[in-house]
Amino acid sequence: MTDQARARAEAAALSRPAEEVLDLRKRTRVGESVIQGVLFLCGILSMFTTIGIVWVLIQQAWLFFGNPEVSIIEFLTGTQWTPEIGSFGAWPLITATLMTSLIGMLVAIPLGLAAAVYLSEYASERARSIIKPILEILAGVPTVVYGYFALSFITPLLRNIFGNNVVNIYNMAAAGIAMGILILPLIASLSEDALSAVPNSLRNASFGLGATKLETATRIVIPAAASGLAAAFIIGISRAVGETMIVALASGAGPNLTANPFDSAETITGHIARISGGDLSYGSIQYSSIFALGLLLFTITLILNILSRRLVARFREVYE
Amino acid sequence: MSADATNPQELTVGHLPEGAEVQQNIGQRRRTGRIWQGIFLASIVFSLLALLTLILDVANDAFGLVATESSVDVAEVTGGRELSALSQAELVTIIEANTSGRVQARLNREQPLAERSQEDLVGVIEIEVLKSSLVGVWPLWESLTQRPAIEAAVAEKNPRAQIVWRSWINPDFLTSPMSSVALNAGLRTAILGTLWVTILTALFAIPIGVFAAIYLEEYADQRTWYNKAIQTNINNLAGVPSIIYGMLGLAIFVRVFEPFTSGAIFGAGSGGDGTLNGRTVIAAAFTMALLILPIIIIASQEAIRAVPNSLRQGSYGLGATKWQTVQNIVLPQALPGILTGVILSISRAAGETAPLILVGASTFIVSDPSGPFSKFTVVPIQIYNWTSRPEQEFKDVAAAAIIVLLVLILIFNTSAVLLRNYFRSKRVSL
Repeated sequence: MTDQARARAEAAALSRPAEEVLDLRKRTRVGESVIQGVLFLCGILSMFTTIGIVWVLIQQAWLFFGNPEVSIIEFLTGTQWTPEIGSFGAWPLITATLMTSLIGMLVAIPLGLAAAVYLSEYASERARSIIKPILEILAGVPTVVYGYFALSFITPLLRNIFGNNVVNIYNMAAAGIAMGILILPLIASLSEDALSAVPNSLRNASFGLGATKLETATRIVIPAAASGLAAAFIIGISRAVGETMIVALASGAGPNLTANPFDSAETITGHIARISGGDLSYGSIQYSSIFALGLLLFTITLILNILSRRLVARFREVYE
Repeated sequence: MSADATNPQELTVGHLPEGAEVQQNIGQRRRTGRIWQGIFLASIVFSLLALLTLILDVANDAFGLVATESSVDVAEVTGGRELSALSQAELVTIIEANTSGRVQARLNREQPLAERSQEDLVGVIEIEVLKSSLVGVWPLWESLTQRPAIEAAVAEKNPRAQIVWRSWINPDFLTSPMSSVALNAGLRTAILGTLWVTILTALFAIPIGVFAAIYLEEYADQRTWYNKAIQTNINNLAGVPSIIYGMLGLAIFVRVFEPFTSGAIFGAGSGGDGTLNGRTVIAAAFTMALLILPIIIIASQEAIRAVPNSLRQGSYGLGATKWQTVQNIVLPQALPGILTGVILSISRAAGETAPLILVGASTFIVSDPSGPFSKFTVVPIQIYNWTSRPEQEFKDVAAAAIIVLLVLILIFNTSAVLLRNYFRSKRVSL
């Protein structure tokens, strides 16, 4: 009884002089709204970047394919890229891109995965705290430096091993190996994240059944982290396909349809860099051709990135 | 792991090892384990060796012996005296007597001859009067191990040539402008260009990136379709190859915005040579800002997300508004993380080359960039140019430039770590 009465009295006391003492109703604050508007504009700016990229690439590619000399079928199936005589078959550039990326991944995936397994399953906390920053330094070296490294170290090394008449001065193998070293830390770090996300209960169960560390790693942890690892590899491939400076320096100038990794051949990115580095007149067919190639490159990397994110999302659903 | 992974056949058909067999089985499995552990470790060692090799390779080219030969005899111009023994005024007289008016005008434009130091003038005489030219360069390793052989070979082929030790990275290299002669090639224009582009990039990208991250983490309702679209879009942009940003910059900032990026609407000339076009510092900075924006946003978002919610609730409970909470509580807490992401992305911008090839960094300019509407070049572009030239001496110049770039980036990254630690130690413990 007394409690109720007191509560009623308090409520009455509060409601009576409320307006004079303190207005607690929600006020509209102009400043807050302005700030929110500015923040929203900054957030939306990235949308304009994407729209800009897509618009520029499609508009110029449209001009390119609208040219009577060019057909989209020739672009996607032709085996000769010689803008000077009007043949625009993108295959030599595509195969060179695939070749350098393949070599890069052959270096980066096994080494990156092995490094990740060591870091996540074997290394002590102290070793990890030393090794990871060094890998970060390796990942932070500008790509043009790797291009220099490919040309001044890897190429001479390959020529010493396989002979000067076998290995061209500019060749896809050297570019691919340098690319592998560039992507290795990325794959190692993403794979390590995927491996460490596997719950310890799985490892302990495996140890409890008498498995060795290696057996646990290869039969339990790696399969459990498979989709995360696949996502890491795909990100790596996407980086390799879009990598420019290494191939521009080390893989040679001039499109060349070849399956020999010791030959020189120009990749999509290398071609764009070389053509645009010279005096390029706006509106020429060469100018719009690099945008068509850019659109191709953008599409490939976008598909790879979306695929990778899908895999990561699936991985999260399972373990979080 | 699901149940079917433990092969039921093995359980029924296979037999369990007993007695000595157990020891053998376990020993075998442990040996395999140790071998593979070695293989895993080896790939770490490989990565470290790769980094070491890269550094040694650069150092190998950046230092070493060079042989120079002058086409004019020193005694002819000095009357038999040593160059270093002459006074400043005498050196100026020699230069004026032995070079053409055009060369003198160029030298005076760089820095008036009368104001130059004695050492500087000796250098000028060696190049302009004696016409010293390189007849050979050797990498560090060969220079150290095979010096007698090198000297013998030079003495045979170019008897008048002088062999000297040269560090391609030296004070002159950092302070002199570009040159088509490897011996006087300098990096000053490129270093200034890199500073201009990087600082402007940071000015554009940091506020926008941090604000966008605040919007996405603190204000946006992540369930609405447009906020989801913004987030997905940022994640996708982070994976777009840098050369694509270069194409965007070329088409939009260099061409569509040409009246602005060339400075024409402000009445500015680009680079002082009267050719107005959009291939300027500001066009490069815009392009780079768009390139690093997704990286800054993602890093800042992670930092903001890590701020505990209890702090925000406490602030609201005390009557703070949303922006007051962000400004006074969230941002100070998230600052170390944001700073680390920002600095790492800036160092990425400093090393990025491909987009600037498209945006049109000049490959050869002598004049320093003087403002946002100047023509420019940057250090990575110079490395690219010098590396792609066939002569070995330009590879050596490139190696020296690489050292400069790596030191620059190392400074950026170290300061990121130091700042992070400083703010961590200052932060009130939670």
